[in-house]
Amino acid sequence: MPSVSLTVNGRKVSAEVEQRTLLVQLLREKLGLTGTHVGCDTSQCGACVVHVDGTSIKSCTILAVQCEGTNVLTIEGLAQGDKLHPMQEAFREHHGLQCGFCTPGMVMSAVDLLKNNPKPSEREIREWLEGNICRCTGYHNIVKAIQAASQAGR
Amino acid sequence: MYNFEYSRAKSVADAAKAASGDAEAKLLAGGMTLIPTLKQRLAKPTALIDLNGIADLAGIKRDGNNLVIGAMTRHAEVARSKDVKAVIPALAHLAEMIGDPAVRNRGTIGGSIANHDPAADYPAGVLGLNATVITNKRQIKADDFFTGMFATALQDGEIITAVSFPKPDKAGYMKFKNPASRYAIVGVFVAKTGNDVRVAVTGAGAGVFRAKDLESALTKSFLPTAVEGIKIAADGLNSDIHASAEYRAHLITVMAKRAVVACG
Repeated sequence: MPSVSLTVNGRKVSAEVEQRTLLVQLLREKLGLTGTHVGCDTSQCGACVVHVDGTSIKSCTILAVQCEGTNVLTIEGLAQGDKLHPMQEAFREHHGLQCGFCTPGMVMSAVDLLKNNPKPSEREIREWLEGNICRCTGYHNIVKAIQAASQAGR
Repeated sequence: MYNFEYSRAKSVADAAKAASGDAEAKLLAGGMTLIPTLKQRLAKPTALIDLNGIADLAGIKRDGNNLVIGAMTRHAEVARSKDVKAVIPALAHLAEMIGDPAVRNRGTIGGSIANHDPAADYPAGVLGLNATVITNKRQIKADDFFTGMFATALQDGEIITAVSFPKPDKAGYMKFKNPASRYAIVGVFVAKTGNDVRVAVTGAGAGVFRAKDLESALTKSFLPTAVEGIKIAADGLNSDIHASAEYRAHLITVMAKRAVVACG
């Protein structure tokens, strides 16, 4: 069985995986990082979005072996100790969730958006979230949270 | 997903050697179609040969009047590239409309055209712009490259290295997208270079094709009004839960008109 070594949330890890093991399976099943969710498993819903080498990708659509040597950031890696990441704080403040299932992917996508475009318009936020599906909120408070994080210069 | 062997190619020659030694092996580019296909057990390759480690397959450069885009260049890079925006803004626009941001961060131009999904966007850009597909063996004109549904002129062991796009005078791309998958129900790419007008249609048929009636009308008069009266025959067009063949035929004219407007 191949082994894969990578950095996850700043920690160097190695694991034995099958060639067909997906990154999200490595994260959840081998590393116990269950914050990254599997929603649709068909590359549509975005619940599994993580950052690989600083770029947001769907971890259900990349093999674990492809991530050899990469730097992966998951929802668990955003907070500094007890201090939430400003985007997490904004989601809490503006209640950018209901059931919370899509939230890890939403937050990871939103963090990548502000990295690329620190002052997005409402339309740009909504377009950026095309690949993140939420079935509860109607997106209203999610968009509000991202706008608030952007206005706070986060 | 069935299991497979996995190897990371260090060079195109390395990948070609691995691919030509095993007819059941598959090249892995962005994986945005291949991995979902494997997950549904719709394919059972013996091996995946990963092209993601070959640095010289990615990148965008200007070569005289041409824009040369490496096969492993991600859609997101094409969408934000200053060179693409300067030389062929319609191509940057096309790339920006593919899938969603996370998909655009992985998906590649080479993977898209090698797969030739009948609803993919890039085939319309490649055919509409009269581009040349460059492989490790030869150069293939766009008119000869796309041969049918999920079919291309690529041979076993042949790997796309880049696509060369000549600069048009004007170009525009418009698509009527499926709101769930963001694939084109119908997408139309229009390009004008001198007196030559090309109209490439994706999403409507078994593969990308040129709409000759629209081309000749736009050659006579490059105005949105020149195409609005043209009725496209529904024969042979796709019909599915998303749209009937008649609806797609109607959309071809509508999208062509909007693409001409987008040409400015």
